[in-house]
Amino acid sequence: MKFDAPAGKTIVDDPTVIGKSTRRIDGPRKTTGTAPYAYERHDVVSGQAYGYIVGSAIARGRITAMNLDAARKAPGVIAVIAATETEPVGTSPFNTAPLFGGRDIAHYHQAIACVVAETFEQARAAAALIRTTYDRDAGDYDLAKVKDGAKIAPGWSVPEDIQRNGNFAEAYAAAPVQLDQTYTTPDEAHAMMEPFATIAAWEGDKLTLWTSNQMINWSKRALASILKMPAENIRLDSPFIGGGFGGKLFIRADAVLAALGAKAAGRPVKIAMQRPLMFNNATHRPATIQRVRIGTDADGRILAMGHECWSGNLPGGSAENGAAQTRALYSGPDNLTVSYISRLDLPEGNAMRAPGEAVGHLALEVAMDELAEKLGLDPIEFRLRNEPERMPGDPSKRFSGRHLVECLREGADRFGWSARQSRPASVRDGRWLVGMGVAAGYRGAPITKSAARVSLDNAGRVRVETDMTDIGTGSYTIIAQTAAECIGVPLDQVRVDLGDSRSPVSSGSGGQWGAASSTAGVYAACVELRRMVAEKFGMNADTARFEGGRVVDGKTRRRLAEAGPLSAEGQMDYGDFQNDYDMGTYAGHFAEVGVDAYTGEVRIRRMLAVCDAGRILNPLSARSQVIGAMVMSAGSALMEDLVVDKRFGFFVNHDLAGYEVPVHADIPHQEVVFLDTLDDVISPLKAKGVGELGICGPGAAIANAVYNATGVRVRDYPITLDKLIDKLPDVA
Amino acid sequence: MRSFTYERAATPQQAARAVGGKPGAKFIAGGTNLLDLMKLEIETPTHLVDVQDLPLGSIEETGEGGLRIGAFVSNTALSAHPRIRRDYAVLTRAIQAGASGQLRNKATTGGNLLQRTRCPYFYDTNMPCNKRSPGSGCAAIGGFSRQLGVVGVSDKCIATYPGDMANALAVLDAVVETVQPDGATRSIPIGAFHRLWGDTPERETALEKGELITGVVLPAPPGGRHFYSKVRDRASYAFALVSVAAVIQPDGSGRVAFGGVAPRPWRSKQADDALPLGAKAVIQQAFADASPRDDNRFKIALAERTLAGILAEVGS
Repeated sequence: MKFDAPAGKTIVDDPTVIGKSTRRIDGPRKTTGTAPYAYERHDVVSGQAYGYIVGSAIARGRITAMNLDAARKAPGVIAVIAATETEPVGTSPFNTAPLFGGRDIAHYHQAIACVVAETFEQARAAAALIRTTYDRDAGDYDLAKVKDGAKIAPGWSVPEDIQRNGNFAEAYAAAPVQLDQTYTTPDEAHAMMEPFATIAAWEGDKLTLWTSNQMINWSKRALASILKMPAENIRLDSPFIGGGFGGKLFIRADAVLAALGAKAAGRPVKIAMQRPLMFNNATHRPATIQRVRIGTDADGRILAMGHECWSGNLPGGSAENGAAQTRALYSGPDNLTVSYISRLDLPEGNAMRAPGEAVGHLALEVAMDELAEKLGLDPIEFRLRNEPERMPGDPSKRFSGRHLVECLREGADRFGWSARQSRPASVRDGRWLVGMGVAAGYRGAPITKSAARVSLDNAGRVRVETDMTDIGTGSYTIIAQTAAECIGVPLDQVRVDLGDSRSPVSSGSGGQWGAASSTAGVYAACVELRRMVAEKFGMNADTARFEGGRVVDGKTRRRLAEAGPLSAEGQMDYGDFQNDYDMGTYAGHFAEVGVDAYTGEVRIRRMLAVCDAGRILNPLSARSQVIGAMVMSAGSALMEDLVVDKRFGFFVNHDLAGYEVPVHADIPHQEVVFLDTLDDVISPLKAKGVGELGICGPGAAIANAVYNATGVRVRDYPITLDKLIDKLPDVA
Repeated sequence: MRSFTYERAATPQQAARAVGGKPGAKFIAGGTNLLDLMKLEIETPTHLVDVQDLPLGSIEETGEGGLRIGAFVSNTALSAHPRIRRDYAVLTRAIQAGASGQLRNKATTGGNLLQRTRCPYFYDTNMPCNKRSPGSGCAAIGGFSRQLGVVGVSDKCIATYPGDMANALAVLDAVVETVQPDGATRSIPIGAFHRLWGDTPERETALEKGELITGVVLPAPPGGRHFYSKVRDRASYAFALVSVAAVIQPDGSGRVAFGGVAPRPWRSKQADDALPLGAKAVIQQAFADASPRDDNRFKIALAERTLAGILAEVGS
């Protein structure tokens, strides 16, 4: 099915199931411990042995020798596979860091061995007996030092990640009011609760992986390329995922070593990557240095908008495009957005929840706050004065649906913004300095082809199969809602099977595209099933109504079950007309913080997000997505910091005690409001994703609230107390 | 984790003998720190002597009006004890500022005194560390040391004692009671219990091989107002950047100890004596010999401001 023009009225436009707050259909399995997560799939294959990964002790260089004798002789050991005895595995199109094999070391904790043993404890004990020596090479680990030699990064669709509209330099130089500031964001970790985990089993030349992965089809293709085997001989199964945030978009060392280990051991092998390796072996969100220059007229109309972002990566790695949202947010005739990249020898940087935008807002939306103060304008009013008609970075594009103004206005009302004191450091509550902040939020709403199979049995029950994943987001439920709505059956008559590569290929979960894309694919399959049912009943598929387990066309009325069994496959594809639009999601983010006047500790008091993301398929799980993203954004503003040791070239705080993410006590009150708009450009469901919108802006609102509370502007994230106390009023 | 043998001790002295007589033997009680370190092979005991069921799990009155806390009283029980809450509130507050409910249920009074540093280079066995591997060097010096010590440290080690409970014990003038393998007992003032690193950072306390903590004695209550301020990057479940334990009397005199800055709870008579003069004067005394690194220099200003917050509350 091809979506090649904006949607008119569709079969889901008078919804009874879609759009209703619906508890997760997989919730009971999760709360009773019966949802099968990768490492605990004891029943899928017998004889599972345990693998344990050894990581490189150096960041860059070469293994000179590995002594494996003691490990091989250790109790319970079945096999030891070592980098020095294994040809480098192939590369995947999605990753740059080598996953295993050969003597060259490209980053700290690169996998160099795997011990397979009868028990986990035996594998771990034997792994500690491996002795490795290295020749260490010097490397580049300091972004600030390599920044000046940076090149313009490759873009997604153009050779260079640069967008020019007009003449920024001249317009900026001529602007009566200017702001030129630089902001830095540190490396960040996904730090998902479930680590990488895989069980691998061979049957002849066929390989099955029970794993934890967001993108089943990408990863099936990647694994074929890595292991140099036909993709059709690989099956991936990943029905439940304990958090991914972009860290599980790819095949990682656990999957490769489980497959190689299983081959060496001659039996199935299971591996969960140990937590201390999850920070340097994994991918991460790269650090950025961002320079924002904005020039306005005296009334606060933007004349020139410049946003440049520097980041580093291993050779071949992509840049963190912090300027992404700047191309879409504010009007202004002369724009320049650029991403630069330098080589760094740290672990691989790659996608983490809202790559680009999440950190881009931490710069742009603080710059907007700084400039509003300079202009003597309320920061909301300043934004309203610069609401564009067309996409500023590419005026050939219209907006498919944009309600940022409503988000900010409604948010201001609900949050009590009018009580904010524009003079910083003027509200005190006991020992607390109190302030409010606002930020706009933008996150692109990409949509991509996605397929599903929808079957009807002779009891009127519906089953949906697709390789779509549910990474905790609620995919099971919105897919069931979509099928129930389209076929006209109650929700409890729909069964959803996800994450199996034998099912039709979906969009997968990433980039905030999963909800919109996968439900559109299910919609396509449902339309096909409806056609088959109508045909069977001799009805007109265009006029037949499917409701309450019945199909009605004119005076004809049949029980749906009588049409079963039937099975339909469908895929939604998208026409070029979407290229005329910028499809995005928008939010107004608000935060109130208290800053301890003595210690400088920042404590959030309340947060609000007003979101514009098209039709909200399930307000309950959409809210969970947004509040979770707001927590993550709070973490990036206030504490998350993957610290680089610039001598040894690794992330030092590589466990969950050292890498601090917010705890419950950090997040006292959150409110989420959905405008529940309809975007008829995106798909027949008129729905866009929300999972990344929630991390685009809240951190900047918090940073602006800290400034409003204290009068201290911190431009180097995270905003920890050591960056505040020497500028707070004397208390001794 | 390396293989180890295991036994349960019947009496404190037998436990002391069992550890004292065997190279590589260690005590285990709650295990909240030791087990993690064993999994990472930072600790590699060959034999564990389980002491948590020894009859040292109660809190009793002493003849001097104080309390004797058995070594294996859990942190939860200790912090909730009515006499502790009433007369030694700084101790309740310190304990409850640390770890999580689950950990406090398992962690013991004796074990808490022995928890090891949280220096990230100590935890990464690929890195040189004089504490973990004497003579190998210190990766933290010149590295990421934001959490680490600013005073009482050495050029061999800049780690801190990370705990909370001991900072309160320091201002309460607690005494650690022990039994040795030969049955002899010792009473070690809390201020002498943790060693400064000097040239031997692997030696962290005054305990001899096999010496078992049997209890902690609190003298009669000090009176005054009790404070424990723990400052950290997130609101809970994090080690202190700086913590301040203080007991302040109505006349402005009192006692103060700083946590998160040194190899032990950092208390001195000079700093106590400066309390009536205010936070700045106290810090000048307490941190006179400080040797901070660039990334942890803020701890001294933070200690001053945190104490100032306490003194402001006293004055209000």
